[in-house]
Amino acid sequence: MSDAPLLEVRDLSKSFVVERGFLGAPRKELHALNSVSFTMAEGETLGIVGESGCGKTTLGRMILRLLEPSGGRILFQGKDITGLSQRELRPYRRAIQAVFQDPFSSLNPRMNVRAIIGEPLENFGASRADIRRRVGELMEVVGLRPDMMDRLPHAFSGGQRQRIGIARALALNPKLIVCDEAVSALDVSIQAQILNLLADIQKEFGLSLLFISHNLGVIRHVSHRIGVMYLGQMVELASERELFEAPQHPYSRALIASVPEPDQRGNRRERPLQGELPSPMNPPPGCTFHTRCPLAVARCRTEVPEPLEIKGGGMARCHFPGLLNHSQLESA
Amino acid sequence: MSGSVLNISGLSVDFATLRGPLRVLDGVDFSLEEGEILGLVGESGSGKSVSAMTVMGLLPDTARIAAGSIRLGGRELVGLGRKAMRPLRGRDMAMIFQEPMTSLNPVLTVGFQIAETRMLHFGESEPAAMRKAVEMMEAVGIPDPAARALDYPHQLSGGMRQRIMIAIAMAGEPRLLIADEPTTALDVTIQAQILDLMLDLRDRTGTAILMITHDMGVIAQMADRVAVMYAGQIVEQAGADDLFDHPAHPYTNRLLQSIPSARHRVDRLKIIPGTTPSPRDFALGCRFQPRCEDALTRCLSEAQVLAQYAPDRLVRCWRCFEPAEGVV
Repeated sequence: MSDAPLLEVRDLSKSFVVERGFLGAPRKELHALNSVSFTMAEGETLGIVGESGCGKTTLGRMILRLLEPSGGRILFQGKDITGLSQRELRPYRRAIQAVFQDPFSSLNPRMNVRAIIGEPLENFGASRADIRRRVGELMEVVGLRPDMMDRLPHAFSGGQRQRIGIARALALNPKLIVCDEAVSALDVSIQAQILNLLADIQKEFGLSLLFISHNLGVIRHVSHRIGVMYLGQMVELASERELFEAPQHPYSRALIASVPEPDQRGNRRERPLQGELPSPMNPPPGCTFHTRCPLAVARCRTEVPEPLEIKGGGMARCHFPGLLNHSQLESA
Repeated sequence: MSGSVLNISGLSVDFATLRGPLRVLDGVDFSLEEGEILGLVGESGSGKSVSAMTVMGLLPDTARIAAGSIRLGGRELVGLGRKAMRPLRGRDMAMIFQEPMTSLNPVLTVGFQIAETRMLHFGESEPAAMRKAVEMMEAVGIPDPAARALDYPHQLSGGMRQRIMIAIAMAGEPRLLIADEPTTALDVTIQAQILDLMLDLRDRTGTAILMITHDMGVIAQMADRVAVMYAGQIVEQAGADDLFDHPAHPYTNRLLQSIPSARHRVDRLKIIPGTTPSPRDFALGCRFQPRCEDALTRCLSEAQVLAQYAPDRLVRCWRCFEPAEGVV
């Protein structure tokens, strides 16, 4: 194994032009992603969690090179792949695969399962016999009967379709799979089956997973480390244990506290976070979370917090990481 | 004694198909007292939404109530025509849905949509109803309600739209509120706000709430009692504390264990093998038996009824009553 991390993302940014003015000059821009940095090791699962509009899907799509970054770099096995042409990207397309949310719309309804799972193999020049054999193997890996390979997607349930999507992602022996809300459309009992399958596959093939989800329970279960996103920024990056046992950013803490849990009945312990998500078109100045932060002070309204190292080796973008109440602030 | 707000017994619903009628709801019983929140929980196809639509009289034309009774405040709803149902909706019972954007009228201001209920059911004048609408909007936590009342639905966020839906539902001062996945489309921090709002409204108005969701966490936070549905039937009904602390039915038990928690981590999730059946494939005997690890011989062929298991506790499971018999 080389010393370079499998994936390194440096100051990755993306803005979309929402409105153009005279001669097509951008007049209004939406900053979907703002200077996000992290690394991923081989065999690691990095969870990305946040609410709608936080930029988690944009991040995943840029790593898949389905979207061009506006700024920053993506390094894969130490090699900068940000400016590569489609042709130069080919080996990289093989190494990074995706599993998406909706198993009903992400599979072509007119292709049989053999063609769906075999398509990436075909693109990379495998023979018909090899494809057939390999599709059978992959179906067994994901818990489907190989004798079903000539059937169309509609013959399968939602959970089985997600298994087909996973088999397809595995076809080219990737290093990294980007899972974007991969279990969100599934019933709870099926979700657990797919999460266990992903864990088995990761162990068997030494895969890295970038696991994007809004579901904090799912994120905690699958991830080694977790990045919490808010309005296009990564506001905290920490190990699963550190994040859930001692969240350092006030947004992480509020997010975790707002999840209703079956083993926690009646009134919640913390008051839910007030207010709404500000528009990413017009994000608040200073710390973007200050409009909802129960602990915000004058400095938070003007000064943008830089990433600070926190205990356990993680990062938080907060002027006062780990702060629990205002009295602590006065004594600090 | 005010009696039950809602009393459902033996309710069965059939859907017409090319291959004959399909029973999607089979002998459902439950009741709701004033001020009570009953959680109806289950996975897709379990019949929880069909139950709600049946009570509201909103079943599609292809569906038919095959048996049973629905009593709302002592009045039988089964057999009532469309015309007789209409004045009940909005006044005696109201419903909120998952996606507020599709249930609001896009060309009317949100204030007017709340006021409409007041004008229709209480005969208030438009100015009086609009004043009431602004009050209602304030009560559901909408900032600057007088200005927002003149907004159209697309000008509001998802969370604000759901608050408007709740204000519309509450404007008729209904005794029963049916909430079908009311927070499923919302972000978790906004969900927390809406759930708090619903609890607060229940405390202030005493309305009974039928809370339908697939989310066990939401049920745990909201419900006083819980009915778990599987394959068109209720399989367990109990007080929320009993149900979550000591789930009796194997389905409830395994379902709770298959949910990944944000509070503690387990190495491997417990799973329920197989998949939720469609009404065409409901098993003989116990409908959960093909996926049950504790199934007995008789579970294969004999259907169990929803039977008294403990005080105020019902379970549909042979195993719960005869734990000693041999396992298949």
